[in-house]
Amino acid sequence: MSALTALLRRDIQVALRIGGGALIGVLFFLIVVVLMPFAVGPDLALLKKLGPAILWLGALLASLLTLDRLFAADHDDGSLDLLTMSRTPLELVCLTKAVAHWLVAGLPLIVATPILGLLLNLDGNATLAVALTLLAGTPALTFTGMIGAALAVALRRGGLLLAVLVLPLSIPVLIFGVAASNAAVLEPAGFGAPLSILCALSLAGLVIGPLAAAASLRHGLD
Amino acid sequence: MTLIDLANPTRFLSLTAKILPWLAAATALLLAIGLYQSAMAPDDYQQGATVKIMFIHVPNAWLSMFVWGVMSLSALGTLVWRHPLADVSAKAAAPIGAAFTFLALVTGSLWGRPMWGTYWEWDARLTSVLILFLMYLGLIALWRAVEDPSRAARAAAVLTLVGAINIPIIKFSVDWWNTLHQPASVLRMGGSTLDKAFLIPLLVMAVAFSLLFITLHLAAMRNEILRRRVRALQMQQASQPRA
Amino acid sequence: MSLGPYASFIVSSYLLVALVVLILIGWIALDYRQQRARLRELEASGVTRRSGRGAADLS
Repeated sequence: MSALTALLRRDIQVALRIGGGALIGVLFFLIVVVLMPFAVGPDLALLKKLGPAILWLGALLASLLTLDRLFAADHDDGSLDLLTMSRTPLELVCLTKAVAHWLVAGLPLIVATPILGLLLNLDGNATLAVALTLLAGTPALTFTGMIGAALAVALRRGGLLLAVLVLPLSIPVLIFGVAASNAAVLEPAGFGAPLSILCALSLAGLVIGPLAAAASLRHGLD
Repeated sequence: MTLIDLANPTRFLSLTAKILPWLAAATALLLAIGLYQSAMAPDDYQQGATVKIMFIHVPNAWLSMFVWGVMSLSALGTLVWRHPLADVSAKAAAPIGAAFTFLALVTGSLWGRPMWGTYWEWDARLTSVLILFLMYLGLIALWRAVEDPSRAARAAAVLTLVGAINIPIIKFSVDWWNTLHQPASVLRMGGSTLDKAFLIPLLVMAVAFSLLFITLHLAAMRNEILRRRVRALQMQQASQPRA
Repeated sequence: MSLGPYASFIVSSYLLVALVVLILIGWIALDYRQQRARLRELEASGVTRRSGRGAADLS
């Protein structure tokens, strides 16, 4: 167990250092959200309606961007090979790395949501709903994204390929995330169902993600 | 004391050590005077007491742009004149400028709620300052992305100058965008001619905040010089054979 | 001094500015102390600067 804890701490520390890119995901999230009114127009009523969708899209793209850091740095300096060959099951290693990544890249997005909700003229209820759905859904994004990151790890400049692989897998999360957020505002009774499905998707990702990622790493690094 | 003299980091450090206490004291004094004057200022005929937010909002807004100007000059110092302390100045100024921009945005938002009924409005001025804030954050991200400070300095200098050219362009285009889609309610801010009762506290606070920036900037530059010294010595230590 | 119906906005603006300024000052002061401590450590472990002056000297 302590091997995984050490890995978790190391991943978090590396991400927080120079070049680790911990908070750049939040910055990208902020920029994407700010870009939307330029495209859509500054009408506050319209922004309020589109708010949850804009926030979810921004969070999705931001979490996508930071995914290639999951394995790339370790692949470059050889520690990925060491991790593959160690006694700790590779599936658990992948799980730990995904958790570290979510803590450093996913959680800040959720924390930033209230401020961005203000920019989009969302009221407190709507912002809370979006934050909650992000909390439930971003783990799913991280786990499925990890599969794509593992597939693309051996490729240089695999960034866009990673996005192409991961985005279709993320569509269900996006659908239920926005549905839950809108339901929270329009008809609160309908909030529970999409939220539960989001949690289910995250839990499924928790199992499938590490399994698939470990398999991809083993095959990809041979 | 010419700029050439200040090119020596050691001389800069000893100079800073001497004048920082005075600068800090002057800043504190002017802030105290400004705060007192702001508290004593009369209520505005239209806005009531909320006009007092202006005394901290406007200096922060002015400084957010002034600091980018300081960074641009430093960037020129790095790229054109190769002044040794130019990139130290640029790197030290960025977080302070970002903080002032953030404060301008937040105090403006808190001022906007009573005035316009909303915390945020996508009008030209607010949007331009928000973009300026994003540019500050991007610049800080760039500084942090490259490990070697002198390499980071050239990249950051280019970005700073590009930003300096871009800021008027952004302002212009955002103005144009805003007049294309007229928002539902556009309220103009108070007239440009301020009564003396408001102008004097505002100017005092502006000078106070400027002094605050200069004090913080010099202190941060000092830290950056020390940080580079630590880095150089650590690299030296790492290359020395150990007994 | 009556601040009118929007007193909370005025007070929170001033408090926020004070907070951020204090955080800035604190961060710069802490950083200064940290760098000085590191320089003293390095000097104690015998590393010398090119000029021969002490690592922790500020002049």
